[in-house]
Amino acid sequence: MKRVYVNEEWCLGCHLCEYNCAFANSGKKDMASALKNIKIRPNIRVETDGKICFAVSCRHCDEPFCVSNCISGALTKEEGIIKIEREKCVGCYTCVLSCPYGCITPSESGAMQKCELCANNGGVPACVKGCPNNAIVFEER
Amino acid sequence: MEYVIIGNSAAAVGAVEGIRQIDKEGKITLISNETHHTYSRPLISYLLQGKTDRQRMKYRPDSFYEDNVCITLFGKNATEIDREGKAIVLEDGGRIPYGKLLVAAGSSPFIPPMPGIETVPKRFSFMSLDDAEALEKALFPQARVLIVGAGLIGLKCAEGIEDRVGKITVIDLAPRILSSILDEEGAHIVQEHLEKCGIEFRLGVSVKTFAGVRAELTNGECLDFDILVTAVGVRPNISLVKDAGGKTDKGIVVDEFMQTSIPDVYAAGDCVMSRDITSGMDRVLALLPNAYAGGRIAGIAMAGGEPPKPKMMPMNAIGFFGLHILTAGTYEGDVFEMREGSNYKKLFYSGNVLNGFIMIGKVDKAGIYTSLIREKTPLSDIDFEMVSREPSLIAFARSYRDEKLGGKSYEN
Repeated sequence: MKRVYVNEEWCLGCHLCEYNCAFANSGKKDMASALKNIKIRPNIRVETDGKICFAVSCRHCDEPFCVSNCISGALTKEEGIIKIEREKCVGCYTCVLSCPYGCITPSESGAMQKCELCANNGGVPACVKGCPNNAIVFEER
Repeated sequence: MEYVIIGNSAAAVGAVEGIRQIDKEGKITLISNETHHTYSRPLISYLLQGKTDRQRMKYRPDSFYEDNVCITLFGKNATEIDREGKAIVLEDGGRIPYGKLLVAAGSSPFIPPMPGIETVPKRFSFMSLDDAEALEKALFPQARVLIVGAGLIGLKCAEGIEDRVGKITVIDLAPRILSSILDEEGAHIVQEHLEKCGIEFRLGVSVKTFAGVRAELTNGECLDFDILVTAVGVRPNISLVKDAGGKTDKGIVVDEFMQTSIPDVYAAGDCVMSRDITSGMDRVLALLPNAYAGGRIAGIAMAGGEPPKPKMMPMNAIGFFGLHILTAGTYEGDVFEMREGSNYKKLFYSGNVLNGFIMIGKVDKAGIYTSLIREKTPLSDIDFEMVSREPSLIAFARSYRDEKLGGKSYEN
């Protein structure tokens, strides 16, 4: 199963993946209206200490604690992809408490949001498509 | 194999999913005294708040029983386990034979003796959907509500109805709110926030007597109210197993496969004692994630599979009026503390492992701490000073990231 994998040594820390993610999930047609003057809430985030940097997004774990701990049944795993049904989510933060990678974050509405591998955005994750240096790749490993 | 499950909540659902992971054919019968499709109990406060509804609060889709080929006997009370005849006896006289039985009977509200409570015309518990709907019917905009119990249930109830009543007063015998999950300082922050949102407190007191719609407190104060909610605590439903001769303590005693001392009888959820991996103590950990995990372990074991080892611990995610509180583990050992305004964090560690934490306000990426506790990650393997300030993966060894983020395996 294809997943987003990180090649840490190639990451430039440019944060393009964050912008491409936010744009892809905005439902907007052009990048300016999707991102300009908006505090973006991407599902992939670059971590850096100034020297090292890398992008972190949902691992779609084999035994996902976020799914098994979800109190509302909003988080499910289907065909290898962990998805959230936002209408069911009450924003209790149990998944935030459960995810070992810090990859579930609140959306503007208070319901949680997370990476769904762009399954509804054309199949190839936008973060990977826009990465200029192959620091994140979408492949089987 | 014939599987019988008593219960229809998180542990029961976990068991159904665990069984079906291994056994697609065996007959599964669910017995519940409630008549509802499986729903999330902790969502009843969100229901009253209007943040969910009866359809959306279903814990699994409408097709759950059909998809998993389950027979449902709802609105039935199981009264006895006939361990010799391997059957469940129902209140209506019916007998349901089992090959493997799971008792996921949950817990019941505990109401301590309070003189005169029977004279209170409108009093409610807050555990089930029926409780919530009964309470909802009694609400009116000017209502004065008295909630006895400043724990998770009582305070979620307060939040759920705050917008729909005139006044809410919460009393508790403990000197601070949420005493089971918060330290003094944390409790103070949350109490202040709740007070700003209109909830009043009387702490360190209890009700001496009730007389109709008046409560006399142990400090001499008299409170008039219209509606009473009792949320003092819960008691695990252990009697089915206990009466059948099974080993019980505060909850039903089970092994790592969630098996009771009675052959072919398993138990999971709020009715059992679990080993808390952070304290090493056996305790009742009545929390939904533990219920689901225990149920799933039981289901896999009942179906003859190899279940994962239980890794239960206290963990709570709770929020009130936009202030989020995440806690996990045991509050013992050395302490790392950070406080900025209403953002509050305390980490507890000893012997090179993280034992527990409290986070209030800023709670991003708290799961990284939970994972350190659960996996007992040696703190000397990470930059603990860095991770204490802010949970991040950059504080971990490169090899950890290569494995988790890069998909590289170091096993070969």
